[in-house]
Amino acid sequence: MTVAVIQFGGSNCDRDTVQALTAMGVDAELVWHEDGLPAETSGVVLPGGFSYGDYLRAGAMAARSPIMDEVRELAEEETPVLGICNGAQIGCESALTPGAFTTNESARFQCEHVYLRVENADTPWTRAYEEGEVVEFPIAHGEGRFEIEDERLEELEEDDRILFRYCDGDGNVTADTNPNGSKHNVAGVTGEDDHVAVMMPHPERVSLPELGSTDGRGVLTGFAES
Amino acid sequence: MTAYTATVTVRLKSGVLDPEAETTQRSLERLGFELEDLRSADQFEIDLDAEDREDAEDRVTEMTERLLANPTLHDYEITIDEQ
Repeated sequence: MTVAVIQFGGSNCDRDTVQALTAMGVDAELVWHEDGLPAETSGVVLPGGFSYGDYLRAGAMAARSPIMDEVRELAEEETPVLGICNGAQIGCESALTPGAFTTNESARFQCEHVYLRVENADTPWTRAYEEGEVVEFPIAHGEGRFEIEDERLEELEEDDRILFRYCDGDGNVTADTNPNGSKHNVAGVTGEDDHVAVMMPHPERVSLPELGSTDGRGVLTGFAES
Repeated sequence: MTAYTATVTVRLKSGVLDPEAETTQRSLERLGFELEDLRSADQFEIDLDAEDREDAEDRVTEMTERLLANPTLHDYEITIDEQ
């Protein structure tokens, strides 16, 4: 049983993710996308980075890589799948999750710490938190603006599929606390079933005590339970 | 088989924010140009051999829907020309 952290050409948060999971006692390994998923795969991370140089659209090429057919099959069998940053873009491009992450409203790459409000604490990725709890994660993206048709977003909200929204330190969700222009400040969503999720902020970068914060561990706990 | 060139234009759906186009517009205005609006689009030219125009269009439509455009963000247009 191992969590496969898939490396595409240009992934760069793959080793951080393995390290964060390993430190939590979760067995995790790097898997090169051309090698396919190991038979014992019990979870999948699509890590951050710049797969295929963000050609065409961020995540577009990796989403069409053959290994994603295997990821889709596992996702249908209730294997947990988490896309982080570029992995979130890949998740949406491959239709594992709804919507799209596209160019920031600022048209700039943004690398900063943000506050997130936990919207639904009843998913494998947020069970470690309380609903309404505020956590602090880093973001580092140029294409993180969550875009989706308005009606579709309403459906997601009604179905409790929003994991996190960008907020201030007190949990207020406003236009000023939205770093990238995401619709309704959405920072992460789940797929049809909540064992599949994507998010632009980086939980793996706030999971090791040596780095000053472990706010992100709760998200990765989604794999510990699998 | 006939040789065709398909031109695929992929643009953002109306209402979807285009920060790069806005930045480009501002730069043009800074250069002293007057303009009402600016929209950007991606254009792809695809050379292919096909049975006929319809076959070419069907194949290019599938390419567009499976990769070149993202249905959440984009509308697209395809024109087919004999080479």
